[in-house]
Amino acid sequence: MANPAFSLDELIGQEYRQGFYTPLETDTVPRGLDEDVIRLISAKKNEPEFMLQWRLQAYRHWLTMSEPKWSTVVHPNIDYQDISYYSAPSSQKAGPRSLDEVDPELLRTYEKLGVPLRERELLAGVAVDAVFDSVSVATTFKAKLGELGIIFCSFSDAVREHPDLVQQYLGSVVPYTDNFFATLNSAVFSDGSFCYIPPGVRCPMELSTYFRINARNTGQFERTLIIADKGAYVSYLEGCTAPMRDENQLHAAVVELIALEDAQIKYATVQNWYPGDKDGKGGIYNFVTKRGDCRGANSRISWTQVETGSAITWKYPSVVLQGDNAVGEFYSVALTNHYQQADTGTKMIHIGRNTRSTIVSKGISAGHGRNSYRGLVKIAKSAAGARNYSQCDSLLLGDQCAAHTFPYIEVKNPTGQVEHEASTSRIGEDQLFYCQSRGISAEDAVAMIVNGFCKEVFKELPMEFAVEAQKLLGVSLEGSVG
Amino acid sequence: MNAVTPDSGLHYLEDFTRNKASLPGRQQPWVAALREAAMRKFVATGFPTRHDEDWKYTSVAPIERGRFLLSSGQPRAVDKPQVEARALPGAHLLVFVDGYHVPSLSKVDALPAGVSIASLATLLERRRSGIETQFDAAASYPSAFAALNVACMTDGACVHLAKGVRLDAPIHLLFLSVTFGLAAHTRSLVFAEEDSHAVIVEHHAALGTPVYFTNTVTDIVLGRRAQIEHHKLQQESARAFHIAAITADLAEQSRLISTSFALGAALARTDILAKLNGEGAECSLDGLYVADGRQHIDHHTRIDHNVPRGTSRELYKGVLDDASRAVFNGKVIVHPDAQRSDAAQTNRNLLLSEHAEIDTKPQLEIWADDVKCSHAATVGQLDAGQIFYLRSRGLDEETARALLTYGFAAEMVQRIEHPGLRQRLDDLLRERLPQQLEALS
Repeated sequence: MANPAFSLDELIGQEYRQGFYTPLETDTVPRGLDEDVIRLISAKKNEPEFMLQWRLQAYRHWLTMSEPKWSTVVHPNIDYQDISYYSAPSSQKAGPRSLDEVDPELLRTYEKLGVPLRERELLAGVAVDAVFDSVSVATTFKAKLGELGIIFCSFSDAVREHPDLVQQYLGSVVPYTDNFFATLNSAVFSDGSFCYIPPGVRCPMELSTYFRINARNTGQFERTLIIADKGAYVSYLEGCTAPMRDENQLHAAVVELIALEDAQIKYATVQNWYPGDKDGKGGIYNFVTKRGDCRGANSRISWTQVETGSAITWKYPSVVLQGDNAVGEFYSVALTNHYQQADTGTKMIHIGRNTRSTIVSKGISAGHGRNSYRGLVKIAKSAAGARNYSQCDSLLLGDQCAAHTFPYIEVKNPTGQVEHEASTSRIGEDQLFYCQSRGISAEDAVAMIVNGFCKEVFKELPMEFAVEAQKLLGVSLEGSVG
Repeated sequence: MNAVTPDSGLHYLEDFTRNKASLPGRQQPWVAALREAAMRKFVATGFPTRHDEDWKYTSVAPIERGRFLLSSGQPRAVDKPQVEARALPGAHLLVFVDGYHVPSLSKVDALPAGVSIASLATLLERRRSGIETQFDAAASYPSAFAALNVACMTDGACVHLAKGVRLDAPIHLLFLSVTFGLAAHTRSLVFAEEDSHAVIVEHHAALGTPVYFTNTVTDIVLGRRAQIEHHKLQQESARAFHIAAITADLAEQSRLISTSFALGAALARTDILAKLNGEGAECSLDGLYVADGRQHIDHHTRIDHNVPRGTSRELYKGVLDDASRAVFNGKVIVHPDAQRSDAAQTNRNLLLSEHAEIDTKPQLEIWADDVKCSHAATVGQLDAGQIFYLRSRGLDEETARALLTYGFAAEMVQRIEHPGLRQRLDDLLRERLPQQLEALS
């Protein structure tokens, strides 16, 4: 690009704004993993026997598995015995019943992050479940949602208070044998959110979980389970951050969505884990399994994700379209800067008749970033009249970055119609020149073009998140022009 | 012998050991060494399995089980009229039967100075034929089948074009299979020096419907500004197994036009690799696969943009009927610093039956920023609106479907410049339609 009017080096030094650490007294189990650690986690959480057995079953299966090697991401070997599998702020031992019982230090942390739990409760009308390291520290709006029969609580509470629902649905979308990281999660998962929307109920507010890794040398393994019963509707948001550290931390979460007949689930993620510094040191390994199951006819699941953080992002939010006329959607913006790597995409498995899916994936690579779209569209023999449209575009900023596309398309039914399109390009000099000739600075022009590039995805996000995502993209990209 | 499924790899090793003394080039130490090294490589890797990403959708187990044998070197007699019926009018014809060149069936007219067309077996037998250096330059494709091919190669065509030579008549390489249970490992080499130009038709066919295994490799090396058209026509027997690899090395501003028409075989797999190694090189890869019954046709292509300003175009179309299955995998890799690369890739598939299956994967790997790359893939059936339109014009349903299918596939035929070849392909395409079409202009 011709002679940028600003200094590249200066802008690359942009700091990660959520990188602070909150010194809190924590209750952390020693590093290492064996059956005793799992029993300890289960005991700390007062879990019923079935939960412990499920964990142990998963752990024993995990021992027989090896880490997958097929992806394009590269990282040093992870020592699974060098991670602490449970960490909780010690003041939370009993578990807070209301926000007033929450450690004020914690509340300040969330305020710093822009997630003021108190204010949100009063003003914004967004119910928040905040997960700090291994435990859920607060869930707002519980009472109001309870009136409608909606259950929105931490996973630990759900295991104790609604064991029948948990037992019925846990592992029914992502079985404990699914893959290396999902199995590890099944064995050691600490907390997460649980949400159940009863038949015919339209959840009146956005539900949201905010994940924060704080303690050092811990892994975060949360598990989210959302069930939308017949005709129910819910929109769910997830956000994540972590302190800046030199060593890598592992985050291996599992999210399961279940939509019964006529139900609809919208799941949005703004992922901003610490991405490591500009030399690729530190950062979170974000190895997540997310899958939705459109179990009933006319059900609908949509994933929207904005992935700007993490040293390595490795996830494929997928939809199994079992019910007739079910709809699956995947909208993604993945941004890699510096030495970040992202290998992300989706799987759309069409099983029911007249099922439809849409995939829009936008990858942006800058610096030495590597961005891969990897996706599967499968039209099973039973999926008569299935329809898919996929579009994956990559934008390259800088000559050291890389963008890859691996779309798998498998069609076993002739009435299925599948279209896939992909393009890769950089910001054209003519586009920049045009903007600059209209008095827009090069940097603003790039931000504008990038936002335009991502618009199709951003419009799927709830309003406040869309604003946040745009800002985030601007910050993450700063310094990559040139 | 680690990963080899016990006896299958062993069978090919034993067959090789039994027959190596009768393979061409036995007097030349370098040929023997080349074969032994390749055999070791084959035994070490073994046949690919479906756990290999490149073979995810194609199982070669039937080839392992087939225990095909190397031919003795004395090809069976073939009637001349059967060959003549397949010959391309006006072309230089080289005929190979069960993997061996048969001069009495071939017909090479007077060639312009600087063009040589020879049988590989002859060159391997001769000392100082220069073929050794050409092997070093070309043989590089890392696959188990290519290794097996080098170990067992019996014959093939060696085409050499000197600087500035232009050969107008196409070279028709006709590989005929006639014998049940044989494996034919043929290898062809094409060297096109600066500014030379030629059209090569690689044609695989059978007499009758024997079960056999063709394992063929063609290496093409293009000098600066050279232009080669390579058309592959695969019309193997309906019970045959066909594995083919084509590699092309492109120097500055050279141009490769490759087409692959896959119509026959029970199981066919073609790998095409084009390396754009010189600035301004250009390649176009086109293909058409038409499958019915229980045919399985697989194409894997890979285009490496290694240097700046390369252009690649790719269009593959497929028509699948009955319980047939096709696989398409197109890789475009733009390496670091290959700025100003321009790549476009398209794969379109038409499914005519509820039991047909397509697995397609257009793949882009891009390591440079100033590039223009796109790919697209579609899968669908005939458009009901178009069928309705034709029926409203008085065509019956069957004819309307045949006409639309023809219209979809004929684009690939029409892109062929050589009129004789284009006519031949058009006839073959019409034969494959479910319903005869009256002559359409």
